[in-house]
Amino acid sequence: MSSIRIKAKDRKGLVDVKCLMKHNMETGLRKDKSGKKIPEHWIQDVTAEANGKVVFAAAFNTSISKDPYLAFAYAGAKGDTLKISWKDNTGATDSAETKVK
Amino acid sequence: MDRRGVLKVAGAVTAAATALVALPRVAFAAYSEKAFKQKAGADALQNAFGANATTPSDQVKLKAPDIAENGAVVPVEVQTDMEAESIAILIKENPSPLAITAEIPAGTKALVKTRCRMGKTTQVTAVVKSGGKLYTASKEVKVTIGGCGG
Amino acid sequence: MKKIIRNVAFGVIGLSVAAASVAGPEEDRQAFRKFYENRFPQVQPFGDFQNGVYSILPAAREQWEAIEEFPPYELSIERGEQIYNKTFANGKSLKDCFGEDGAVREKYPHWDKSRGMVVTMELAINECLEANGEKPLKYKKGAIADVSSYMSYNSRGQILNVEIPSDDPRALAAYEMGKEQFYTKRGQLNFACADCHMHTAGMMYRADTTSPALGHATSWPVFRSKWQEMGTLHRRFAGCHTNIRANPYKAQGEEYRNLEYFVSYMSNGLEFNGPAARK
Repeated sequence: MSSIRIKAKDRKGLVDVKCLMKHNMETGLRKDKSGKKIPEHWIQDVTAEANGKVVFAAAFNTSISKDPYLAFAYAGAKGDTLKISWKDNTGATDSAETKVK
Repeated sequence: MDRRGVLKVAGAVTAAATALVALPRVAFAAYSEKAFKQKAGADALQNAFGANATTPSDQVKLKAPDIAENGAVVPVEVQTDMEAESIAILIKENPSPLAITAEIPAGTKALVKTRCRMGKTTQVTAVVKSGGKLYTASKEVKVTIGGCGG
Repeated sequence: MKKIIRNVAFGVIGLSVAAASVAGPEEDRQAFRKFYENRFPQVQPFGDFQNGVYSILPAAREQWEAIEEFPPYELSIERGEQIYNKTFANGKSLKDCFGEDGAVREKYPHWDKSRGMVVTMELAINECLEANGEKPLKYKKGAIADVSSYMSYNSRGQILNVEIPSDDPRALAAYEMGKEQFYTKRGQLNFACADCHMHTAGMMYRADTTSPALGHATSWPVFRSKWQEMGTLHRRFAGCHTNIRANPYKAQGEEYRNLEYFVSYMSNGLEFNGPAARK
């Protein structure tokens, strides 16, 4: 199951997008119970495409909260296929797609 | 509704926007680790945008709480009516202040909302790149520790 | 005639004595509600008390509303739904105990006459699991909170209507025990729930503002930013007791179930609005 949850609503030609990505966003500063440092592990890039065209892109560091939240808005319409993808510092990627309501 | 956002689609497409739109699918351009690990905001901006001269502008709207409910999850919002190519957020007291950069292609509203971590009371600066220049708005966000939060 | 007057007079004295020392739960609740309405007249409509401290702190409310744009408890609801629909080894599931969607929040807490105890939703969930040969869940966080999130979410809008059956004096005794818990000072800091959440509700204790107790029982389970995860009401009871340096009681033990009974009764008339996001 994707780590990305998307809510996308067409408000008179401007699509309001809110997404939540499940990810610990480890800063690399925390220690586990045995005292060992938990290695940094964070989402670096997020890209949003509507019908194949990039409508938003962001890059983060670990100053972004755990389970990153992003909201943005682009000129679009109900029925658009909205795809949001991320890549983290380990090279792992994930994506999710939804139809704009 | 932001008419300017809609008009952007109809209007001329700038070179910067063309470059962004021309990016291949799932375009993960090289992550600028350098920018995001800089200890000083000015260096981070220099790495991210190739410039660090900034001008305060009241057209840059930064929304962040005066006192954060919890430093782990502080809602921050940046918005502007200016034609913006990019938006960034700097959290001065964080180990690496550049928290996020966002690309705003033509047709996208100059708006970013996210949630940031702040280890302590800090200045938060919103940066908008418009017409090749950097414009900013700043405010202090107080982060408190201690109380009855068991 | 004299006899009638005398009886009426005694009746009146009796009533006033009763009101002063042995007020019934309904009188308690009305006095409780009135206290908070007087202290916080800005909370309009009355139902806003179910939003806890956000009903009285506009700046904090703004941040809460920003979090509500996409609240972290949504992930818990999803997990809860999966657990709720999962088949047990014996072929049944939680659906067999609580229905298709688990929208049974309004049934809890209630007095169980046959067993002579208060039953809460989390207790009922574990009793269903155990009755079906499944391992019971820990009561403060994790899976129990996820299942409770799912069931509470589907029950949103149901009105609290806790009953204290008049045909079983033990029910009233449980309520009275819960009430005593609420008003009794304890711990090294010598605080009662009422001290922070009633007499000084809305004031600051170091960096926190204490919430009104009216509305305390409506919004559980909760994703607390402080915990960075979900937790149940009994988790919070124990946390609060630890904060005032008192030994906490056991989650789902008699004391906390009776305290939940009292606190929920006090919030009768408000809506269930869990799960919720809180500081």
